[in-house]
Amino acid sequence: MAKNVISDETIEYVGILAKLELSGEEREQAKEDMANMLDYIDRLNELDTTGVEPMSHVFPVHNVFREDIVGNGDDRENMLANAPEKKDGCYKVPKTVE
Amino acid sequence: MNLMSLTAVELGKKIKSGEISVREAAQSSLAAIRAREGSVHSFVTVVDEESVLLRADEVQRQLSEGTIESPLAGVPVAIKDNMCTKGLLTTCSSRILGNFKPTYTAEAVLNLERAGAILVGKANMDEFAMGSTTETSYFGVTKNPWNTEHVPGGSSGGSCAAVAAEECSYALGSDTGGSIRQPSSFCGVTGIKPTYGTVSRYGLIAYGSSLDQIGPVAKDVTDCAAILETIASHDKKDSTSVAREDYRFTEALQEDVAGMRIGIPRDYFGTGLDSEVKEAVLQAAKVLEEGGAVVEEFDLSLVEYAIPAYYVIASAEASSNLARFDGVKYAYRSEDFLGLHQMYKRTRSEGFGAEVKRRIMLGSFVLSSGYYDAYYLKALRTKALIKEAFDKAFARYDLILGPVAPTTAPKLGESLSDPIKMYLGDIYTISVNLAGLPGISVPCGLDGKGMPIGLQLIADCFQEKKLIRAAYTYEQTRSYGHCPLAQRGVTES
Amino acid sequence: MSKQYETVIGLEVHVELATKTKIFCSCSTQFGGEPNTHTCPVCTGMPGSLPVLNRQVVEYAAAVGLATNCTITRNGRFDRKNYFYPDNPQNYQISQLYFPICRDGGVEIETAAGKKTIRIHEIHMEEDAGKLIHDEWEDCTLVDFNRSGVPLIEIVSEPDMRSAEEVIAYLDKLRLIIQYLGASDCKLQEGSMRADVNLSVREVGSETFGTRTEMKNLNSFKAIARAIEGEKNRQIDILEEGGQVIQETRRWDDNKECSYAMRSKEDAQDYRYFPEPDLVPVLIDDEWLEEIRKRQPELRDEKRVRYQEEYGIPEYDIDILTSEKRLADIFEETIAAGCKPKEVSNWLMVETMRLLKDEDMDAADIRFSPAHLAALIGLVDQGKINRTVAKEVFEVMFREDMDPVPYVEEKGLVMVQDEGALRSTIEEIVKNNPQSVADYKSGKKKAMGFLVGQTMKAMKGKVDPAMVNQILLELLA
Repeated sequence: MAKNVISDETIEYVGILAKLELSGEEREQAKEDMANMLDYIDRLNELDTTGVEPMSHVFPVHNVFREDIVGNGDDRENMLANAPEKKDGCYKVPKTVE
Repeated sequence: MNLMSLTAVELGKKIKSGEISVREAAQSSLAAIRAREGSVHSFVTVVDEESVLLRADEVQRQLSEGTIESPLAGVPVAIKDNMCTKGLLTTCSSRILGNFKPTYTAEAVLNLERAGAILVGKANMDEFAMGSTTETSYFGVTKNPWNTEHVPGGSSGGSCAAVAAEECSYALGSDTGGSIRQPSSFCGVTGIKPTYGTVSRYGLIAYGSSLDQIGPVAKDVTDCAAILETIASHDKKDSTSVAREDYRFTEALQEDVAGMRIGIPRDYFGTGLDSEVKEAVLQAAKVLEEGGAVVEEFDLSLVEYAIPAYYVIASAEASSNLARFDGVKYAYRSEDFLGLHQMYKRTRSEGFGAEVKRRIMLGSFVLSSGYYDAYYLKALRTKALIKEAFDKAFARYDLILGPVAPTTAPKLGESLSDPIKMYLGDIYTISVNLAGLPGISVPCGLDGKGMPIGLQLIADCFQEKKLIRAAYTYEQTRSYGHCPLAQRGVTES
Repeated sequence: MSKQYETVIGLEVHVELATKTKIFCSCSTQFGGEPNTHTCPVCTGMPGSLPVLNRQVVEYAAAVGLATNCTITRNGRFDRKNYFYPDNPQNYQISQLYFPICRDGGVEIETAAGKKTIRIHEIHMEEDAGKLIHDEWEDCTLVDFNRSGVPLIEIVSEPDMRSAEEVIAYLDKLRLIIQYLGASDCKLQEGSMRADVNLSVREVGSETFGTRTEMKNLNSFKAIARAIEGEKNRQIDILEEGGQVIQETRRWDDNKECSYAMRSKEDAQDYRYFPEPDLVPVLIDDEWLEEIRKRQPELRDEKRVRYQEEYGIPEYDIDILTSEKRLADIFEETIAAGCKPKEVSNWLMVETMRLLKDEDMDAADIRFSPAHLAALIGLVDQGKINRTVAKEVFEVMFREDMDPVPYVEEKGLVMVQDEGALRSTIEEIVKNNPQSVADYKSGKKKAMGFLVGQTMKAMKGKVDPAMVNQILLELLA
């Protein structure tokens, strides 16, 4: 079985996607863990799945809808109570524009 | 009398008859928690006594007015800490949700509250339900009440330990890859993972959305059937909730397996399975056979592919489900950052533990550009094949019987160092989630070290009643094993 | 510049649907609430919340698909698009990548160069993001999730447009179709219709496309035209200098009239789409599709043909009357109330258009009701008021939408019907203006105008000028 090797670039890239910042040690461990997991996952290639439809839902449930009727009121104060920082009824974050 | 040594249904009867007050039941649970939490640590949050007693009085009043009928009215319950409870800390055992108080209550918990349940606490778990030992909790490990040097299993380790340690009468857990069944097995209690869509996921903090199900953990099958009957519902707020024809699970509490066809997958009894576990499980099969069931061995196939397929699907879904924990809207935000992106990264890196980060990274990778087909679609195709294999099996058998886990509970600290070895422990439970099937874990003995062994029964979709009937029948041949810690009583500890 | 270049443009048009509630929760979509007052656990991405699809969104999306000649996907799905940004509460957007609701359509546009079909690649349903407000005071950003989860459709065209003129014709065509369907008000300025422009240039005659860029933040037809011109020139300059266009997203700054790259090291543009596990497939069977088809209103192209056949009004009028659904609706309803088509058309084409322009309003914002317009036309027909008075009354009606019948009574604007009274007034005026009478009789016809004016003044305008003329002629004969 081909051994997976995870490069520094890949870990860096995955870190950008997942918004995770790893220390040097964590990084090496993550590279090793991911390579091992991928080696393990590669066993799936032993299976011939040609012509098999990917199954995302197990049951044939479909067409679950809501009617277009307003049902929610204003619960702003409760919702904002959990916010790390807030201002003027809004969630406050570092500025998004340069 | 130690009220927490009763089953939930037994206690409910005494409350209904007036023999015991709701207050007494609640106080008994709180006293047990005070006495045993130091050794077991099943809870992240214990509800303060004043609130519990206030709630107890409310339920007592409803009982006297005759407005609630449920067999669970007034009975103390623990809820796994990944189910939202309005105004009550809900942490998923993670630092990132360390101070999160939801604005609403999960539908399954609401169903229990309507039935008069007394919520005494939020049960510890593996962080975001990722783990098999409850050692990944940010709030400390939970210990196995049978032997506190061992893990309780996971991820619903707190729920199962709380029931086994008799700190409450029953609990809710959630099962994504075995997270109810495996800790139930390790703690010597009974747990059901229902058919996907049976219990609403609204308010369950998602790990793997296509796999997650809430289910009951209790001392016996009767309790589990009564709890499932209470929490199951068709919920319009959960698009994947299924309108079932029949929710009367307690009707299946019958001692009768005559003519029931039970298949034993040879693939579940190969290398890696502990010989004591194997013996106990096969002995249980024999008991059912003696009861009139037709038991035979067969080849299920594809068993070894369930774990890799599961880790691709669950990690991919988790990487997306856990993206919302970013320090913007709720809970933890790093204190040390420059700008938006560093806020995201620091918050998440400080807020999540190692196992969670491992799965988020794996999930992000398998979905990333160029890998989606090779990993994610491949896993979904494998899932289709696994479902097909079960369909074939259920054309021949009413139930599949096997072990829950390859071994009994390992010692604390033995599992986390080798993730893949830990993942392999889920080999008998995981495919059930991939195929959306119901499964039950029932105690079937102790190993040489005195640790519980669990028997797993699996049924086809929507066939919980078959599970319950067979498990109940088996259970009649044994008596419930109280763990040594619970037998000590609350005053001694 | 020695080489000849051709611009190749494709559009991604986002349209906010006119539903009462959001796409996945029952929060109101109403504009203008206090920040975060139209939010719930679902549209703020609270842990444990789950989406449930608004049926009306599917119906609107399918209706737009049918009206743009698309094939409706019978088994549609939703997917998650994963990216981190504070306006995106779950850090994924629920959208459709693999099985969008509509595919392979197209609309015909007409420009000075003639008619042309712009193909539509797909239409998909998705949720809008929240609003980010820059706080100058603290130099931070504030997030308001009131718009988070408002339903959108994204209409993706093929790269079939070659000029700003075609782009605007296409957008206008879409706007009219969608407004006629009632699926959206399609206001560019208010953001209920937004266009991202994908643009590349290539040498004339080239078979292959050049590298394209995507431009965002275009909120008026003028901005779109300027941005296309600017980006075209930028790309040609790069190619002329021997450089290469980079595929990227750019933001158009309409004040500075230039675009700049939105790139950042932290934006990988790798959206990791996968099927949304929390939503089930949308199956549209023949029966449902037929229901939607039956409910489709008459669209503009059909209306234009019918107006010509049924009302016989000029093509120019038809173009204007059908250029806004509201105008066409008022036109038809006023006719239905018993007025002559040409008469109604005149009121809409002249007075209404003038006032809209003066007030800087869209036809969609017209307040007066067709019943009141019909009543006003009736007053003129019955000779109760003259045209000059009618125009004054209309101006008030345009602003206040009052019933003109009691209004003209109360204000005393009804014309004097009593010929005797009028005659004696005119006799008085003739007697008091001997010079004008003499002038008239000596052939100075202008003098007649003076006498009419005097009469109108004396009668406060409430007389039929024709009647005044007639009596004067009699008296001066």
